[in-house]
Amino acid sequence: MEYLNIIFQESYKILFLLVPVLVSVAMIVWLDRRVWAFVQKRQGPNVVGPFGLLQSLADALKYIFKEIIIPASSNKVIFILAPIITMTLALIAWAVIPFGVEQVLADINVGILYIFAVSSLGVYGIIMGGWASNSKYPFLGAIRSAAQMVSYEVSIGIIIINVLLCVGSLNLNDIVVAQKEMWFVIPLFPMFVIFFISALAETNRPPFDLPEAEAELVAGYQTEYSGMMYAMFWLGEYANILLMCALGSILFLGGWLSPIDLYPFNLIPGALWLIFKILFLFILFALVKAIVPRYRYDQLMRLGWKIFLPLSLTYVVLTASYLFYFNLLPTI
Amino acid sequence: MIAHAIFFYVFSVIAVVSAIMVTVSKNTVHSVFFLILDFISISCLFIMIGAEFLGMIMLIVYVGAVAVLFLFVVMMLNVAQQKNQWFVSKDSSRHIPIGLLISVIIFFELIIVIGGWKYKPDLFNSAKSSLENGVSNTHSLGQVLYTDYIHVFQISGMILLIAMIGAIVLTFRQREGVKKQSYLKQISRERTEGVEVLEVASNKGVKIDD
Repeated sequence: MEYLNIIFQESYKILFLLVPVLVSVAMIVWLDRRVWAFVQKRQGPNVVGPFGLLQSLADALKYIFKEIIIPASSNKVIFILAPIITMTLALIAWAVIPFGVEQVLADINVGILYIFAVSSLGVYGIIMGGWASNSKYPFLGAIRSAAQMVSYEVSIGIIIINVLLCVGSLNLNDIVVAQKEMWFVIPLFPMFVIFFISALAETNRPPFDLPEAEAELVAGYQTEYSGMMYAMFWLGEYANILLMCALGSILFLGGWLSPIDLYPFNLIPGALWLIFKILFLFILFALVKAIVPRYRYDQLMRLGWKIFLPLSLTYVVLTASYLFYFNLLPTI
Repeated sequence: MIAHAIFFYVFSVIAVVSAIMVTVSKNTVHSVFFLILDFISISCLFIMIGAEFLGMIMLIVYVGAVAVLFLFVVMMLNVAQQKNQWFVSKDSSRHIPIGLLISVIIFFELIIVIGGWKYKPDLFNSAKSSLENGVSNTHSLGQVLYTDYIHVFQISGMILLIAMIGAIVLTFRQREGVKKQSYLKQISRERTEGVEVLEVASNKGVKIDD
């Protein structure tokens, strides 16, 4: 009986987290298209509902009623598993994101490592989808994406080390609390920029959307997918983008902390501040999509391995020596 | 504790079954996927005994990086065919003695480790003491790794670095006659050198050289 109670309570909590995340993923797709359109002096989706807000719901309905086509020569089990894995991985990472001091589903000691592990697993959905389709374009897309995500994970990992040096804990709430005096974006600004660009590459966003470069690879690893399975890839992708925005705001922009610790700002709950920061980062993501052309593959690899990796490593040395020299290293 | 036991058995059954499936399954790519499943369930077991850091590092390093490269190689090379040939042809019997030898060595190593644990229970006392005083797993691991075992740690790092350099040296080859794009040259191109206006004589054309 006791166990059942615990299970019910946890299920409620999970539902209260997942439903808003899924709804906001739908809204964020709309926002992405709107921002993209405004940069190009278009209107974007503005017909369904007020300001076109319900466009994503209409799209979802369309996807649900479309037929799911499974290629005859595909590896069927893995083909079906791939979008499920992509979406599950994108959603389970939200378990450790803190929306307030107590407002976190799982307040684990190694929260940042958990997010890092889950986002490094994200590549499997893409590889599996690309391989199981048994066709040329998806396979090329999958291989590109595997190389790309593995390379940019390295630089993201080292950037995280920079932040952890200043915090002295792997817990996400501790990371947020450590920024009470000053957000890490100020002392670690170069790392924030590199994190932002690496996050673009990690989530396969333009200008690094080579896995699905439509001009060369039709739609990359998604070429053979249709209907709801395509929509699941797409939802997983956007949930991942939101997650990267959340991670960026927790690591550098102070998470649920308000920018100024004064009277009117204190009243706004921390969760809202986190959402504002996520939205701010997401609008930057959308703007980048609209204004930057796609990278060539060798440029992408060069940027990851020859520029970001040495830069972030140097910054780790700098941060560590600064903290050590001025005796600022966090105590356990 | 019942829930704990249930989870333990679920994860360990998945781990053992997927480990068997790695060797049994015909399709090589399936083998790699089962290997990944094995890694994941082992890391869940690590987390269950409280070694959260090890479990996460297992996920990040083995599943997130090593297995991806594995999968890469298996998908790119057509290993499945070779594997089938290998099993059908008579050559395979040559490899059985070596395989047996290695498995016997691993078996005895395991017996020594587990037996040593049974007959010398204070073998892991140093780790226990640091866990007791409320320090988290990661901190105690770091304290041990960067103080008592710093030299071993550094040496293992050096060995990995040397292995990496060796792999790069082995696979590096300078190819002749390959067109390379120098990105500095590309972005420092100016209109004056990029565009040339020519007077084209009628019926003769111009010669364009690359």
